[in-house]
Amino acid sequence: MKRIMMLGLLVVALLMTGCGTDTPTATPASGGPSTPAAGGGGATATTAASSGGPATEVSFYYPVAVGGPISKILQGYADKFNAANPDVHVTPVFAGGYNDVLTKIQTALQGGGNPPELAVMLSTDMQTLIDADMISPFDDFINSSADGKALIDDIYPAFLRNSQQDGHTYGIPFQRSTPVLYYNKDLFKAAGLDPEHGPATWDDLVAYGKQLTKRDSNGNVTTWGLEIPSDGFPYWLFQGFAIANGQNVLGDAPNKVRFNDPSTVAALQFFADLSQKDQIEPPGVVIWNNTPTDFEAGKVAMVYHTTGSLTTILQKSKFPVGVSFLPKKQQYGAPTGGGNFYIFKKTDPAKQKAAWRFVQFMTSPEQAAQWSIDTGYIAIRKSAYDVPAMKDYVVKVPQALVARDQLQYAEKELTAHNSTQIQHILGTAIQAAITGKSPPQAALDDAQKQADQLLSQFSK
Amino acid sequence: MAETTVPARPAGRAQAAQPSRLRATFRDSANYLLILPTLLGILAFTLWPLIAGVWNSLFLQNQAHLHPQFAGLENYARLVNDPVFGQVLGNTLLYTLGTVPASIGIALVLALLLNRRLRGVGWLRSAFFYPTMMPMVSVATVWLFMYSPQVGLVNATLQALHLGSPNWLGDDRLVLPALMVLGIWKQSGYLMIFYLAGLQSLPKEVYEAAALDGAGPWQTLRRITWPLLSGTTLFVATIAIAGAFQTTDQIFIMTDGGPNNASDLLLYHIYLTAFRFGDLGLAQAGTVVLLAMLLVVTTANLVFGGRRAYYEDAR
Repeated sequence: MKRIMMLGLLVVALLMTGCGTDTPTATPASGGPSTPAAGGGGATATTAASSGGPATEVSFYYPVAVGGPISKILQGYADKFNAANPDVHVTPVFAGGYNDVLTKIQTALQGGGNPPELAVMLSTDMQTLIDADMISPFDDFINSSADGKALIDDIYPAFLRNSQQDGHTYGIPFQRSTPVLYYNKDLFKAAGLDPEHGPATWDDLVAYGKQLTKRDSNGNVTTWGLEIPSDGFPYWLFQGFAIANGQNVLGDAPNKVRFNDPSTVAALQFFADLSQKDQIEPPGVVIWNNTPTDFEAGKVAMVYHTTGSLTTILQKSKFPVGVSFLPKKQQYGAPTGGGNFYIFKKTDPAKQKAAWRFVQFMTSPEQAAQWSIDTGYIAIRKSAYDVPAMKDYVVKVPQALVARDQLQYAEKELTAHNSTQIQHILGTAIQAAITGKSPPQAALDDAQKQADQLLSQFSK
Repeated sequence: MAETTVPARPAGRAQAAQPSRLRATFRDSANYLLILPTLLGILAFTLWPLIAGVWNSLFLQNQAHLHPQFAGLENYARLVNDPVFGQVLGNTLLYTLGTVPASIGIALVLALLLNRRLRGVGWLRSAFFYPTMMPMVSVATVWLFMYSPQVGLVNATLQALHLGSPNWLGDDRLVLPALMVLGIWKQSGYLMIFYLAGLQSLPKEVYEAAALDGAGPWQTLRRITWPLLSGTTLFVATIAIAGAFQTTDQIFIMTDGGPNNASDLLLYHIYLTAFRFGDLGLAQAGTVVLLAMLLVVTTANLVFGGRRAYYEDAR
């Protein structure tokens, strides 16, 4: 009898420990080195009644998409802001890659939980977020302050194209980039090429590549002329080719794309030929993460990569590095890339206001300049390049200006309804052409068909 | 009904029969109380999601349909008409065929080799078991670097032997074999442990009799060891097949399903559909397909293998 009771008590006790305290659905996994304990309950903390009340907690999810100590840098900025604004407390929360941030927030919302107050997500996710009814536009905040209007006027127009829709501003650019061409100046000199200029045209690209590709006595390649990554998100670098050949891959509405225009097919043919016909690139799909390593190790002379990798590549390369525009065909061309700030609908308006103050801080000219210096991302506003720290920096690192100068030729990054899947469809077609599985025309026709089918569910 | 042994009591103590039945009831409920935590866990995390999943697969819920909309078997129709899904199923079957027999074979060989009292055999067994203990995400990150065509370990070795420098993860014909090698390497040590346990429980008399009859090592293996181990093999095969169907971590880290969907396996495809493309209904349908495939495969395994498996105390 007694044994049964004890057993029963034990079981009940185990059950109780199993159903422990509920963790908030938006549990921050702090990436910063010194987050105060209050940050642990970020999404569910109290609001400040007025100055003198407890600080308004703002939870800020961010991804890391480029090399470097991003978590440390962002925590430093948050600490600076928190110190200057004692009535607001911003907690940066590292959330993985761009996809992971979106997944985390979507899952939290589907589970009936709360999103963070502020997050950085891809600029191309804007339509997806609008469709999912997750975000609020920044319009009221922008129009209610002179700083807000000045900000929008000062941001480079190329970045605003993936940030505004139907007259509303849904995203504020934060970590924005374009792809650029990095080249090894020593290898250029050794091959008899001018180390101060990268290849200017598509023909130059092929010619330089052939001169830079070195083979040993068995015919195996010891140094490749070029590497253009094609895993992960191949559509992005491919957009550079498409735009340069005259036509971007987007349609004129979020439910239209243009994958199989003749100039686009020709662009993909050129891209595939680089490895198959011209043999200046390794065959097959090239891995994004391996490309900077190969470049830094001197195994490849030219690479396409994001300008966001500039600082890390410069640090790790033991040779002078040149940076140039993506080569032109009909024109110079590049897509923009990177992430914007978004604020979420289902959050407390007082916290939204606090989040907006943080956004204003992070997009101030000084802060935007500092972020660009620390990472290689392009500073999002023109006046950032007049900041003294930035002026000094570009004297030391003139390569940092290349991506900004390319902005005049930059166009909208591929986005649409269901943008991740649309990007995946185009990416698969690109990979099919590069691996030789399918000729570019067939691959892109198939992609166009799949995309049209997917987008037909949306009326505009 | 649980069997309880009621102790024999002298006829005179009639009222003693009542407390015994009560005691029996308490003992039954004690048994149920003991399994209650696990039972609740299975109900909450296995049975309920299963039923809910099958139910949810009948609804359209994606970026074009924010609120679930009943659609009957439309998600399944979409799967049937999707050539990528067909490719995914093919990839999964190929991957399973490539990893399961090889893992089992290697595990058996390792177990046979290490089932003896060598000095340091404990270290050797740990060494072969070590890959299993490492998280797949860390392992995949290291292997991603190893497979890197220009600076990776694999190609550095191949180049030293003048065997070229294939693009393992970037060639749609090589990516699946490359992942299979990783899978086999990771799993063989784990399966080896089961075979070691199986080998150590085999009766010695049979081997003595075989030696007396003049059986050679290959004959012993084929006619005695392998049939006696068939119970273990059945178990190991079930685990290996289930593991092959659950492959996702290495795809997430190394290939993202590419190039050209060549390394997109079923569970990873479901993840993409649910969390990247936001199509929950379709993902649920895919999950039901995965479950059905697993049920078919493991049932076939148990029915056909089970008939011929030897268990020590089977009738």
